[in-house]
Amino acid sequence: MNFLDLIWLIPLFPLCGAALMLLIGKKLDPQPASDVAVAPGVEPVAGEPHAHGHPHSPLKFLISLICPGTILVSFLLSVGAVWQLSSLPQKVHQVIQFSWVAGLPFHLANGQMATLQADWGFLLDPLSAVMILVVTGIGFLIHVYSVGYMAHDNGYYRFFGYLNLFVFFMLMLVLANNYALLFVGWEGVGLCSYLLIGFYYHKKSAGDAGKKAFIVNRVGDSGFVLGMLLMLSVLGTLRFTDVATALHSGQFTAETVHFGVLSAMALLMFIGATGKSAQIPLYVWLPDAMEGPTPVSALIHAATMVTAGVYMVARSAPLFQLTPQTSTIVAIIGAGTAIFAASIALVQNDIKRVLAYSTVSQLGYMFLALGVGAYWVAIFHLFTHAFFKALLFLCSGSVIHAMGGEQDMRYMGGLKDKIKITHWTMWVGSVAIAGIPGLAGFFSKDEILWQAFSSPLGSTALWAVGFTTAAMTAFYMWRLMNMTFYGKSRVKPEVAAHIHESPRTMTVPLTVLAIGSVLAGWLGTSKLWNLPEFFRGFEGWLAPMFSSGAGEAVKESAQSSSTEWSLMGLSVLVAIAGIALARYLYVIKPGIPNRIQAAVGPLYTLLYHKWYIDEIYDFLFVNGLCKGGGRALGAFDREVVDGGVNGAGWLTRFSAKFSMWWDTWIVDGAVRFSAFFVKMLSYPVCIMETGRLQTYALFVVVGVLAFFGYYVTR
Amino acid sequence: MHPITTVHYMVLSAALLLIGTIGVLTRRNIVIILMSIELILNAVNINLVAFSHAFGPDHVQGQVFAIFVITDAVAEAAIALGILIALFRNKETVLADEIDLLKW
Repeated sequence: MNFLDLIWLIPLFPLCGAALMLLIGKKLDPQPASDVAVAPGVEPVAGEPHAHGHPHSPLKFLISLICPGTILVSFLLSVGAVWQLSSLPQKVHQVIQFSWVAGLPFHLANGQMATLQADWGFLLDPLSAVMILVVTGIGFLIHVYSVGYMAHDNGYYRFFGYLNLFVFFMLMLVLANNYALLFVGWEGVGLCSYLLIGFYYHKKSAGDAGKKAFIVNRVGDSGFVLGMLLMLSVLGTLRFTDVATALHSGQFTAETVHFGVLSAMALLMFIGATGKSAQIPLYVWLPDAMEGPTPVSALIHAATMVTAGVYMVARSAPLFQLTPQTSTIVAIIGAGTAIFAASIALVQNDIKRVLAYSTVSQLGYMFLALGVGAYWVAIFHLFTHAFFKALLFLCSGSVIHAMGGEQDMRYMGGLKDKIKITHWTMWVGSVAIAGIPGLAGFFSKDEILWQAFSSPLGSTALWAVGFTTAAMTAFYMWRLMNMTFYGKSRVKPEVAAHIHESPRTMTVPLTVLAIGSVLAGWLGTSKLWNLPEFFRGFEGWLAPMFSSGAGEAVKESAQSSSTEWSLMGLSVLVAIAGIALARYLYVIKPGIPNRIQAAVGPLYTLLYHKWYIDEIYDFLFVNGLCKGGGRALGAFDREVVDGGVNGAGWLTRFSAKFSMWWDTWIVDGAVRFSAFFVKMLSYPVCIMETGRLQTYALFVVVGVLAFFGYYVTR
Repeated sequence: MHPITTVHYMVLSAALLLIGTIGVLTRRNIVIILMSIELILNAVNINLVAFSHAFGPDHVQGQVFAIFVITDAVAEAAIALGILIALFRNKETVLADEIDLLKW
């Protein structure tokens, strides 16, 4: 079986699942009379504690089979396709199904003619191979988890329909062979994200969060579209392979000194990425996106969709390699986002919010790696992050499930023995993200830090920011762990009685992801460790893709290996220090945090309120630009447009009045005056005309006499 | 006794013309006006006949002309009286100053 030519089947299966669910799903899963669901993951009826994992009806069971099933099939097809790809000499396979936009001629910026062509085509290369494996693999586990998590929710079919639709669009995004088709998937996942954030649509906050995500993403997308159009008008093509060929043709040189058209193009593309991947300044939607069901947070807002921006920038590597200035901007934004989000995560109390800011922070790491030209490292971190962040989110979902919907960590604590599997898997995830050697996060994060330090585009400052963030990451994750699982229980008594471990459909995916979080990193160990080639497989798989660039950025650093060893040791030390500090503050001396809080009151308030960014944006853009602009436009409409209309009306009325006056007095006056004049002239004649016979006879007589007299007297 | 000369006829004729003219101009009744017109016509007749006599027996054109005038007067009187009767039926008056439609 030739999987490579069947890659179009990979997105097709989730699409079929989505179509089935969204078209006829309602029949399979009849809704109860009241459509008002309870809090996420909470059983609505307290009286049946053993109902977990047992769907209510056989038809609902069918949904639970079909939807994860389609993803599983896609996953198996992906594995087959990637396996066959790895044996190809070129490791690139392009399938063009049909032409989507066929041959519209237009003028390039330099005056040449070109044709706008977009295919419905798929490109499988090492980069998209990693992405489809992550999307389908992690996606499948999260689907399985959702079967248990969403069992008691209304709109079961709707949830799975959206989730399958999301996987379809995400696969289109990563498999597309041109920017236009990528953009289809890009917008599609945005749509699914909106639909799933607002899944509990009867909650106003959820609806608002969905709209916020949608609108903020559109802001970024405008940049992406502009970048795409600029690319079309400069390069004349949108197909990835042709773009790379055009950029490497020698026609363009690296814009090291000036900020030229390529830099602008790359910057616009990056603006699109900041929207989708939640970077400064467009990160604000991601924390609010936690209003959605937790599996959605795990799949869309941690593991896959938000990494689309990272994928897109990596996909545009030929462009970014020619534009070091934009790359530097990417690195600075990435590092800034990483430390900024981490600082907010330090003080949040909502378990999902901590993870949300952690996601923003980790995405910042990925952009830092992209910005310093270490594209494969960014994808490597994306890969490991998908495992441990999905795991952490699913664990938090499991905790919330156990707590009956409670998300505030101040009312948790001491859950370690009550939900054992959740605890252990989350422990693995937290160790992984904190950067303890041997687990996934350590390898990728350390590689990013090393690249930030040693790459030609990197600097000590970028390394320092990343390093500080690493310490903060270890601290806030272990603050979360300690507040949730260790120490004294602060659980509300009415909740405490119901705490229970989640069903197997939820714990099995957790276990698989935990194993993944341990092992995934071993594919990309550092060169220093001198392990067999297999343990550096990730670099060998991806790095050749990015090294064909003209301005080869990533070269072997001249730094001595001892520097790398010491930096690695340093980051392990701060990770351990962060963990220890968290343990000390939140378990051993639980009173200290409050005292610290009191001591640095303003700083704490600033962090707790997320640097007031939401309020600032509200003031500047929502109230200032939108509402203020709306008011200004309203005033403009009222005063200027209406004024113009009213003025025109007044002018018309005035001219009509004037016209009437002119008609009455001048035109009619002339007519009437002429009549009057004639009448006056005729008056002497009129008075002679008496109408009496004898008067006329008299005139005759007088006339005769006059003639007579004239002739006589002559 | 003085013979009756042409001058006498002319004086008579002028007197009749004057009487007739005054009658036409001053009397209100249309019948009287018509009668005055007859007087004027007859004044002309007398003139015609008198000059015809004065020019001698070879000249009878004047007398012939007078007969035409008499004929004409008769026809005129007949038509005028017809009009007058039609007028009277419509207006119930025969006074000339009450019939004044012929004006602006």
